[in-house]
Amino acid sequence: MPFMGPLYSAALRMTRNPADAEDLVQETYLRAYRGFEGFKEGTNLKAWLYRILTNTYINQYRAAKRRPDQVDLDDVEDLYLYRRLGGMEAAMAGRSPETELLERMPESDVKEAVESLPEQFRMAVLLADVEGFAYKEIAEILDIPIGTVMSRLHRGRKLLQKRLWDFAVENGLATGTGPAR
Amino acid sequence: MDCNEAIHQIYHYLDGVLTDESRAAIARHLDFCPPCSGGYHFEVELRILIAQKCRDDVPADLRRRIAEAIGHELPPPEPTV
Repeated sequence: MPFMGPLYSAALRMTRNPADAEDLVQETYLRAYRGFEGFKEGTNLKAWLYRILTNTYINQYRAAKRRPDQVDLDDVEDLYLYRRLGGMEAAMAGRSPETELLERMPESDVKEAVESLPEQFRMAVLLADVEGFAYKEIAEILDIPIGTVMSRLHRGRKLLQKRLWDFAVENGLATGTGPAR
Repeated sequence: MDCNEAIHQIYHYLDGVLTDESRAAIARHLDFCPPCSGGYHFEVELRILIAQKCRDDVPADLRRRIAEAIGHELPPPEPTV
């Protein structure tokens, strides 16, 4: 069963529930097995499996469709975390920013930050930054235009950085004005 | 290219979707601009960290259960000749 680990992690981020994640992964492999004639030899097996995973999630586990979450990202600038960690100033002084803070962040917080993203952002960030798919592959997996992938990814990454920063402040790894010393 | 423009395109640069020309322009800017270069390298590291921290242990018996479930499936139909 190829890609079991990554598929299980993706299922957890989608369903946010270990029991559902296990069912989702099982259902995905069953569908893959049944539909394997439809897989074109030499094409991307991982993307094909993720497409099945995503479709199964959407059809079976996703809550009834609501209005997309309204999120205000106007004050979340690009390089949000880098700036808050004093990256700009450090660079001017020939130093690196405090990536140590990120390294010290508990896994559970990072996972929670990803899982807290509104679904359309979460899916894009998951596929791009956790799984390393290209825009084109993400567009095929989610069955959306590439332009939509780019937009959701851009906004999703911004929001994720904001959430990570909020966790860091909450945990005392950072103060509101920079990394805690 | 100024910093605003470089930062604006930094994610596309990271994602490898720019034209050769744009990519070269940004690379040049990063060569000469420590804050933007720092930002770029930070984003690269951040992405690696997020991926690393989003790993989970697969429950011990999940593989077995799935193998069993597949085993109960009828074999896929033979291709018609």
